[in-house]
Amino acid sequence: MKQLISALTVGLTLAAPAAAQTYAVTNGRVVTNTEAGIIDNATVVVRDGDIVAVGAGADVPDDATVIDAAGGWVTPGLFAGYTQLGLIEVGLEDSTTDDSAGDSPFSVALDVADGFNPAGTYLATNRIEGITRAAIYPSTGHNIFAGQGALIETSGNPDSLFQSASFVFVDLSERGARRAGGSRPAAWAFLEAALSDARGYPGRFSGDHEGDALNRYDAAALLPVARGRVPLVMAVNRAADLRRAIRFQEDNAPLQIVIAGASEGWMVADELAEADIPVIIDPLEDLPSSFDSLAASLQNAARLQDAGVDVAYATAPTADGYFNARLLPQHAGNAVANGVPWNDAFRAITLTPAEIYGVGDRYGALAPGYAGDVVVWDGDPLEVMSAPVAVLIDGEPSAMESRQTRLRDRYINITDDTPYAYRR
Amino acid sequence: MTLKASLPALAAMTAAIALAACSSDPDDAASNGSGSSGGNSGSQDDIVRVNTDPYPSTYEPQPSGITLIRGGTVLDGIGGEIENGDVLIENGRIAAIGTGLEAPEDATIIDAAGRYVTPGVIDIHSHLGDYPSPGVSAHSDGNEATQPVTAEVWAEHSVWPQDPGFEHALAGGVTTLHVLPGSANLFGGRGITLRNVSARTVQGMKFPGAPYTLKMACGENPSRVYGSRGQSPATDMGNMAGYRAAWIRASDYRDSWHEYWEAAEDGEDVDPPTQDLELDTLMGVLEGDILVQQHCYRADQMAQIMDMSEEFGYQVTTFHHAVEAYKIPDLLAEHDVCAAVWADWGGFKMEAYDSVRENLAMTHANGACAMIHSDDANGIQRLNQEVAKALADGRRAGLDISDAEAWAWLSSAPAQALGIGDETGSLQEGYRADVVLWSGNPYSTYTRADQVWIDGALSYDRRDTDIQPVSDFMLGQPGEGEQ
Repeated sequence: MKQLISALTVGLTLAAPAAAQTYAVTNGRVVTNTEAGIIDNATVVVRDGDIVAVGAGADVPDDATVIDAAGGWVTPGLFAGYTQLGLIEVGLEDSTTDDSAGDSPFSVALDVADGFNPAGTYLATNRIEGITRAAIYPSTGHNIFAGQGALIETSGNPDSLFQSASFVFVDLSERGARRAGGSRPAAWAFLEAALSDARGYPGRFSGDHEGDALNRYDAAALLPVARGRVPLVMAVNRAADLRRAIRFQEDNAPLQIVIAGASEGWMVADELAEADIPVIIDPLEDLPSSFDSLAASLQNAARLQDAGVDVAYATAPTADGYFNARLLPQHAGNAVANGVPWNDAFRAITLTPAEIYGVGDRYGALAPGYAGDVVVWDGDPLEVMSAPVAVLIDGEPSAMESRQTRLRDRYINITDDTPYAYRR
Repeated sequence: MTLKASLPALAAMTAAIALAACSSDPDDAASNGSGSSGGNSGSQDDIVRVNTDPYPSTYEPQPSGITLIRGGTVLDGIGGEIENGDVLIENGRIAAIGTGLEAPEDATIIDAAGRYVTPGVIDIHSHLGDYPSPGVSAHSDGNEATQPVTAEVWAEHSVWPQDPGFEHALAGGVTTLHVLPGSANLFGGRGITLRNVSARTVQGMKFPGAPYTLKMACGENPSRVYGSRGQSPATDMGNMAGYRAAWIRASDYRDSWHEYWEAAEDGEDVDPPTQDLELDTLMGVLEGDILVQQHCYRADQMAQIMDMSEEFGYQVTTFHHAVEAYKIPDLLAEHDVCAAVWADWGGFKMEAYDSVRENLAMTHANGACAMIHSDDANGIQRLNQEVAKALADGRRAGLDISDAEAWAWLSSAPAQALGIGDETGSLQEGYRADVVLWSGNPYSTYTRADQVWIDGALSYDRRDTDIQPVSDFMLGQPGEGEQ
């Protein structure tokens, strides 16, 4: 790997003005997530931010900076489909969190794009472990609607948020029931009324009229969901609630639901597949953590995927998604240990989440036309002992450094007698 | 909170117990306990002693036969690795470990070729049973958050043995776990060390002879909980004042008992002090019989706690969470204090902000005692993977740590820190046969525990649903038998 790292150092030096750069990642075991499958001893060429060639026989252009994978694995960047990266810096410090607003008069209209901080330190923490893209979602405040989610990349550049208003997040689980006033019927009544308000926008709000459930501003924000232009990401776990969600989608075409949670999803797997509803699950969620999740199982991922459901993996709720989205490969590896074929598990942390959010033609695969999000690993990426040695986002190599690695380097040599604060 | 301990019946129990509950052998206990909080003065039966074991363990190992696990890669938990190794289990104990062992007659022979054999995983920080699944309000029994000093409460009195979390932990190879009260209070109460076995009562799970522990908590949690109520402690300095005031009371209490015992043993007609449950526990710490397990994140706060332990003459056994242990391995080593940590949790509060992935490996490699812990009903199921991450990150940072050395973080280090290191935590002749057979290298994501033995009894078998415990709670539920 030394060879690779030195190659990368050269790459970083040359990359100074950014843009218009060509990189060739050579000697890799390349996971394409396309019909080409996994290709050994292959090369990936990235030019001006995009992938232009992938294959065992791909030519290395003369002007390319070579990154030698030295036999390691080369994959698309990981896509974390359910996170709060850049919305929370310190969980228990309210002054550093922008995921929820229980005291706001608004709900659906709240847009995480206005709270996202590309300088949040966990972007780097997650980036150096292979996470290059993520969906970020709001948390619920005073009703079942949390607000509008967005899509980000993890470079930390000012324009890291590359798509806003990508979905609306709503909670119809036990927690949503409490938010709605105390019961599931209350939560579903609110959702039905809110959807009706959105469909009635703006006519219903003429003069001084208000909606049945939503104010004017929130109803406007829900309209794209009612029209099926962006998905409604719905937190639901219990099998009965999943069936109710399926019926809700059937009754409200062209509205499109994505389920987040689905800890009892395997009990409803065939119906979910039939309804073409994708799910985002935490494959490690196996405890009956609430009366919503009594059938939680490590087999959930395999059973859902066997039934033909589109499944993406997340780290929440067993690891927080603003800090430890980086554990995604461990979660996927455990799905493999519990019966999911490796390719399907890897797809569940790359291409499938990209597809769920409508960007599967740009992210989540290594093929010409895709963004140059490439990760070079020192081993099987789903092995807990493996780690990235290089991460490219939009064709640019990242510094493999975070606030955590800086702290590590400050303290690793206890025999150094330089006062700690002077070690940088 | 207080009760008068003047029952004559208590006196008869003193020979066996004193405050040293750290041995299952009554003779040892008597010698350890001599002169501590009552000791054993022999003839004067009417001297009042403190009953240190009113809820005794009723744990009995399940019947077991002779088992030879043959031809696996054996990690012994104390730094040894044996290729093509054998482990022989007889009478619930490790009878032999080595290569080419003869199979005794009637032995069940397990072919472990291509698989790994390790000591059972020990989690030094769990809330299974006191914060069980499902997480309902009726079972939220981990924090007696009604006043900052509650050394009088005992976690075992909150443990619900039907928590389905126990069986999930077993599937992850956990054979022993230490259940603590939560961290809302400065003194949260006593912790308890349990065997991970099916039982109708918590007494049926208690690790025989394991010493009691005291949970203490540093930092944000106590000051947030009480400060938000306009009560002390509201600050870090309030925390320190709260501990110190309690240790002063405990010292006085200990002195009053010693004065009483000395006078009574001299034949004087004296009344015993009024027994105080809270101070009984703190006195047990001052006497060295109860082990301090302290929640503490920051390096500077750990340093203050270690100074305080010298101020009052007691030992901190382990700092739990210890997110900044990597900053002070020399101080920890100097004070002989261990650090029990996560592999990679952080960011959830300010005192967890300086988390690094190399914490465990750096703390260990720089000379302090370190180990993994879960503090989590999900994390406890994969502590082998948590160690794998810490080990790999440490190696990437240039630290030279072997696979076998790292297994100590999962077994012998927590066993030592719980005072049961001469009973379990390693595969040595005479030790309890707490053994896991893994499907492959346990540092691989793809590996799972195939079989788990506790005291030589096969307690879990991944391929045999008859040997997979199911709690009362899960019977008749949609997830019954799910793993």
